[in-house]
Amino acid sequence: MGFFKKLKTGLSKTKENLFGRINKVVKGFSKVDEDLMEELEEILISADVGVVTTMEIMDELRDHIKTKKIKDPEKVPVELMEILKGLLTEKKYIDKPEQEKPNVILITGVNGAGKTTSIGKISRLMTERGKKVMIAAGDTFRAAAIEQLEIWAKRAKADFIHQREGSDPAAVIYDAIMAAKARNADYLICDTAGRLHNKKNLMMEMNKIFRVIMKELPDSRVETLLVIDATTGQNAVNQAEEFSRSIGVDGIILTKLDGTAKGGIIFSIYKQLNIPVKYIGVGEQIDDLEDFDEEMFVNALFESE
Amino acid sequence: MAVFEGLSTKLQDIVKKLKGKARVTEKDLKEVMRDIRMALLEADVNYKVVKEFTNTVTERALGSDVLESLTPGQQVIKIVNEEMTSLLGGTVSKLTYSPKPPTVYMLVGLQGAGKTTACGKLSNLLRKDGKKPLMVACDIYRPAAIKQLQVVGKQLDIPVYAEEDNKNAVNIANNAIKYAQKGGFDTVLVDTAGRLHVNEELMQELQDIKSKVKPMEVLLVVDAMTGQDAVNVAQSFSEEVGIDGVILTKLDGDTRGGAALTVKSVTGKPIKFASVGEKLNDIEPFYPDRMASRILGMGDVLSLIEKAQESFDEQKALELEKKIRAKGFDLNDFLDQMEEMKKMGPLDQLLGMIPGMNAKALQGLSVDEKKLDRIKAIIRSMTMKERSNPNIIDASRKKRIASGSGTGVQDVNRLLKDFEQINKMMKMMNQKGKKGFKGMKNMQFPF
Ligand SMILES: Nc1nc2c(ncn2[C@@H]2O[C@H](COP(=O)(O)OP(=O)(O)OP(=O)(O)O)[C@@H](O)[C@H]2O)c(=O)[nH]1
Ligand SMILES: [Mg+2]
Repeated sequence: MGFFKKLKTGLSKTKENLFGRINKVVKGFSKVDEDLMEELEEILISADVGVVTTMEIMDELRDHIKTKKIKDPEKVPVELMEILKGLLTEKKYIDKPEQEKPNVILITGVNGAGKTTSIGKISRLMTERGKKVMIAAGDTFRAAAIEQLEIWAKRAKADFIHQREGSDPAAVIYDAIMAAKARNADYLICDTAGRLHNKKNLMMEMNKIFRVIMKELPDSRVETLLVIDATTGQNAVNQAEEFSRSIGVDGIILTKLDGTAKGGIIFSIYKQLNIPVKYIGVGEQIDDLEDFDEEMFVNALFESE
Repeated sequence: MAVFEGLSTKLQDIVKKLKGKARVTEKDLKEVMRDIRMALLEADVNYKVVKEFTNTVTERALGSDVLESLTPGQQVIKIVNEEMTSLLGGTVSKLTYSPKPPTVYMLVGLQGAGKTTACGKLSNLLRKDGKKPLMVACDIYRPAAIKQLQVVGKQLDIPVYAEEDNKNAVNIANNAIKYAQKGGFDTVLVDTAGRLHVNEELMQELQDIKSKVKPMEVLLVVDAMTGQDAVNVAQSFSEEVGIDGVILTKLDGDTRGGAALTVKSVTGKPIKFASVGEKLNDIEPFYPDRMASRILGMGDVLSLIEKAQESFDEQKALELEKKIRAKGFDLNDFLDQMEEMKKMGPLDQLLGMIPGMNAKALQGLSVDEKKLDRIKAIIRSMTMKERSNPNIIDASRKKRIASGSGTGVQDVNRLLKDFEQINKMMKMMNQKGKKGFKGMKNMQFPF
């Protein structure tokens, strides 16, 4: 069981684990020295924080130790966690104000990141709040992508708009916009085909979809969300950068946090690109989606398996 | 691309760092290993694997004569590359067939790794190899997963075995084998549901399928973009299910793919295929040497080093150094040097292989091979005496040399001036002591 799943089953146990790990880290350290720093560095590296970002964070930690005159090794991991939490809360995701209906959520990401599943989960979140949700099958490329999404739409009790496999995704989205307007939907959630961010024509296609939405719904709130698999390493930064260039990513959905991957790559994304995480995915069921909680996320980095 | 350039520059810096050194110390080596460690971490190789790796390389570097070498930077990188290539498997590893068909393959891995697509690609490959494959849809969990494999099957015109209403994957797999035996299929590919390595129930399901269908090979499908967690994934699948090979997917992206090294070193099993696109023929054998260069981000720095080494005989270089110490550098040596350069191939192409040297920068810098030939012609038109003692070249000699080489007196003058400058540089270096010949590799040639 991964950390977030555990969270659901009992916070107390998590706390134990958390401080268990910290105690393990500082155990054997009677003073604040380079060995301790190295140990902490290793925790960050093994969480995919990345070398450069880790070194920046460690430098900051060293500064804090100096200025706050920290002598107790046990205080050091706590200080590190404060730095990390600060980094995330400072750039927290803020919902844009709602405007004219429909609110649009455009979902993107590389192949297999968890886009379609996340759409199912988000739709359910909205329909549970009594909203009228419409889902658009913008992935017209992958085999059975439309069928997969349709099942999620049913589960979430959302309307479903699709065309045939192989049709132009921008045209599908255009149709869906018209339908959403006609049926007065509160939300239009658009799936797109998984694509690697270094493929020029596919990124142009993505941009075209985005432009159709902006043109047809200039007075609507349009959120662009990038789905990133928490298992991803340093390449996630490239993903965020390229998708941002194409459609201006507002927020991230960090999926598969129910495994052992920590998703530490988001620190680099926050630092370099200022793109915050909005949701996290913690399983394959429809309610396995949660708002991103900075505090919990940082705690999880220090939790042992 | 930013990452790419950064890493290339790092490696180039390593070469530079060690290049001008008369003696490379253990401390230098340590520093270099630190850079390599960073490069590997940045490429997503697991930090524990990195540690082991740099230790191995350090040991080998200390044990060999790298430190005595004329080109320690290049030597270290060569060792890094060799070690990495061999760690990645050395050579291409092929799929094995059972002597008793049907040969069964099982594809396993995390969610979203690319199993279903890989299943289609592999079947396609097998068919090209004259086999008659059957694909089996055992992902009974993900919505429309069965349908996905069926669509892939239809696209390829390869049969798919599925039982839409059966909720028992072990059972489906077992029935599929019987079906294959009856239907004369000689290869069976079982596509399983993506699962987390920490999901005990689903890991058990894989064990059950495996013991039922007795696959020739269990292939772990790994996303090339995977980060540090690859170590846990590989370990769990390897220990709990047992794997025989790996398929690395999404290599058409711009990830460095350090997970390849992690997975190989954790499981000890060969990476057999690289999946490089969304089309059903986008699959290739896995080449360890190419992957090593990719992880290191070296561009073609290795082929450059190799070329340089092939054509640059260290022994000869040592002789030259001795000679220079004793008598100084003459035009014969200059000519030799130019021959060495020439052997490495067209200069602009050579420069293009240096990482960090981008195409734009090269545009303004066209290396004039004709000019090089002209210089050679001029030197060849000199007598041996003139070559070893250029001071004797007076106006009439210049005229003779110019007409002999089909050039002008100005050209001869320019060459002599350039040579004089180089000679000065050489002397300066000699005075600085042992720097000697190593420094000469930094020398600017007058073209
Ligand atoms: N464990 C876990 N699995 C997830 C999560 N989100 C998605 N998945 C699984 O990941 C796999 C891929 O999910 P999809 O939603 O199909 O991903 P996608 O990005 O739409 O994939 P493509 O459209 O093929 O690019 C499926 O097996 C999902 O069940 C999560 O948060 N945790
Ligand atoms: Mg999808």
